[in-house]
Amino acid sequence: MDAFWIILTGSLVASSCALLGCYLVLRKMAMVGDAISHAVLPGIFLAYMLAGTRSSVPLLIGAAVFGVLCTFLIELLTKRMRMQNDAAIGLTFTFLFAIGVILATRFASYAHLDQDCILYGEIAYVPFDVGWTLDIGGAIGVLEIPVAIGILSALLVGVIALIWWAYKPLFITTFDPAYAAAIGISTTFWHYVLMGTVSLTTVLSFESVGAILVVAFLIGPAATAYLLTDRLPVMLILAVLIGILSAILGYWLAVWINGSIAGAMATVVGGLFGLALFFSPSYGIIGKHWRKAELS
Amino acid sequence: MENLIEFLSLSDPNVRYVVLGMVLLGICSGVVGSFTFLRKRALLGDAIAHSVLPGVCLAFMIGGTKNPLFLLVGATITGWLSLIVIDFISNRSRIKPDAAIGLVLSVFFGVGILLLTSIQGSGNAAQSGLDKFLFGKAASLIGSDVWVFGILCAVMTLVVILFFKEFKLLSFDPDFAHSIGLPIRLLEIVLATITVLTVAVGIQAVGVVLMSAMLITPAAAARYWTDKLFKMVILAAIFGAISGILGAYVSYTETAMPTGPWVIVVLSLIAFFSMLVAPKRGVWAQYVIQKRNQNKIHQENVLKLFYHIAEKGDQQFRAARSLDELLSRREFPTSILKRTLTALTKKELLDKVGNNQWKLTDEGEERGKRVVRLHRLWEVYLTKYLRIAPDHVHDDAEAMEHVITPELEAELDKLLDYPATDPHDSKIPR
Repeated sequence: MDAFWIILTGSLVASSCALLGCYLVLRKMAMVGDAISHAVLPGIFLAYMLAGTRSSVPLLIGAAVFGVLCTFLIELLTKRMRMQNDAAIGLTFTFLFAIGVILATRFASYAHLDQDCILYGEIAYVPFDVGWTLDIGGAIGVLEIPVAIGILSALLVGVIALIWWAYKPLFITTFDPAYAAAIGISTTFWHYVLMGTVSLTTVLSFESVGAILVVAFLIGPAATAYLLTDRLPVMLILAVLIGILSAILGYWLAVWINGSIAGAMATVVGGLFGLALFFSPSYGIIGKHWRKAELS
Repeated sequence: MENLIEFLSLSDPNVRYVVLGMVLLGICSGVVGSFTFLRKRALLGDAIAHSVLPGVCLAFMIGGTKNPLFLLVGATITGWLSLIVIDFISNRSRIKPDAAIGLVLSVFFGVGILLLTSIQGSGNAAQSGLDKFLFGKAASLIGSDVWVFGILCAVMTLVVILFFKEFKLLSFDPDFAHSIGLPIRLLEIVLATITVLTVAVGIQAVGVVLMSAMLITPAAAARYWTDKLFKMVILAAIFGAISGILGAYVSYTETAMPTGPWVIVVLSLIAFFSMLVAPKRGVWAQYVIQKRNQNKIHQENVLKLFYHIAEKGDQQFRAARSLDELLSRREFPTSILKRTLTALTKKELLDKVGNNQWKLTDEGEERGKRVVRLHRLWEVYLTKYLRIAPDHVHDDAEAMEHVITPELEAELDKLLDYPATDPHDSKIPR
């Protein structure tokens, strides 16, 4: 049963991240996703310090504030201070992350969150934190549903709802910001909506899977799907499927070589991307090579 | 205070190693970072830093020892590999460089974590300490580490001095460098190698994420102060060194505080400070320049206004005008107009006569005339050479009249054969 919960946790995180990741990859903002996932760290600790509990609401607010602050700082540095974009991203998130690590060392015992957890997450412990029990009878008997499953399901529903309701503005601001502005859709507004959602997703996934797997799930499945299709709806669905597949295969890989589950899932994300990179029918390197050879 | 003196005296060998190590690392990463920054590859440092981990683990698994040199070789190999993979993905597929960097860094790091945890799970007692590659342990730097930093710094400085001109060309104009026959590929490899080496060595002191800051932030801060590459490299090295000292000091006075993150915080503060106050490129300097330009435009517009009133009306170019008269001819926020009139009086371009009346001085009249002349010359130019309809040229001329230089004016006049009137048949004043 534990294996099931762990894979389900991974799949839920993978699905939320993959959906948002599609927009990040298409908007050429993949590194902003990386930056946000590091920059929410001080927000998490400030929320612990101010609220004194590990309850989710102040945590979410803290993380969202710092995630949006991070994108805001990046914009400020590029637009106002005229710094080149890559340096602005690098400077901002390392600065916020450094503050986060300082807070983490200072208040580690207080927040019960150490540095390892920030990077790896504690996906293996997810099944032990039972939130609800459900007696469904039959062969399974009492179902002990972990807290993380509840939170991450709610997150996924939220992300799907956002994309469902805001499909059109997100679509237009992603592919043709000039046209969006012309017909009165605020690109800035949707930019911050997206960034806010990415921050929330990052922080909710953080405790379960760690910073690195969040980044891998944000960028990997979306980039893989991007190699397979030209249509956004197909890309979204493919990305989710690839994410879930990575979670399942990653779990077995981790069990097989007795290592970190998050690390293994990230490894599989890379492996699947590698397959698509070479063997994708439309954009794979081998397929392209073939067609070139046929033409000549 | 006692603390500070004790710290500065470097009498504690532990402090000596940490300070010396951080200073050397700061210098190295400042110098190397300047080039990656200028080549707009700042985030590659982040990718290299993450990709070093699997190499360290693999080296340990193969060799079974924690010999630093052996681990360094492994780190350098995978760091290099990540650069090749990123290049391959972004050149050979439709994936953009940013996604390629993010993907490679997270996957390489994931593989590293997987290997690391697998080693830890294998019960091999020799593995303890490998995880300092994750977060860095600046406080535990020892004599041999400082030696490694010192050698790295010396080698790197030598390479940069030897190839300074070549690296400069590579950073600013690779196409030109290629065309004059420089071995671009080789230079790129040399530069990438010293970058990977710096990261692989530095990571043990400050950790994965913060190592990328060591590369990016000093260079970004230095860029605000100068346009010269040499000065920028030196400044970046100094910033790196200063923050190394300050970071070490903070963690010395407060033992619970980690050195690496404090170094980065100090560095970031230096960068923010530079953005605000640096001459020319800083925000404050930019603001002053902008204000000065704005004032100049206001003043020229007022002088022009005196000329226009006389031209359209009584032809008395030196007559005194009241505030209301000026406002009736051109829309001006009253406060700005008053301020500009005062400034012009102070510059002796206007004379204040009686109560709220102003008239042009000799020089003021000349200046006003010139602005009108430039405006009309530009209108002639636009209609004659760019074939723009006469009723569409005014707005552009309104902007250009403030920026045309005397040399350009002479050139325009000659090109247009000293026209007497503008496209609206107004006289061009001489």
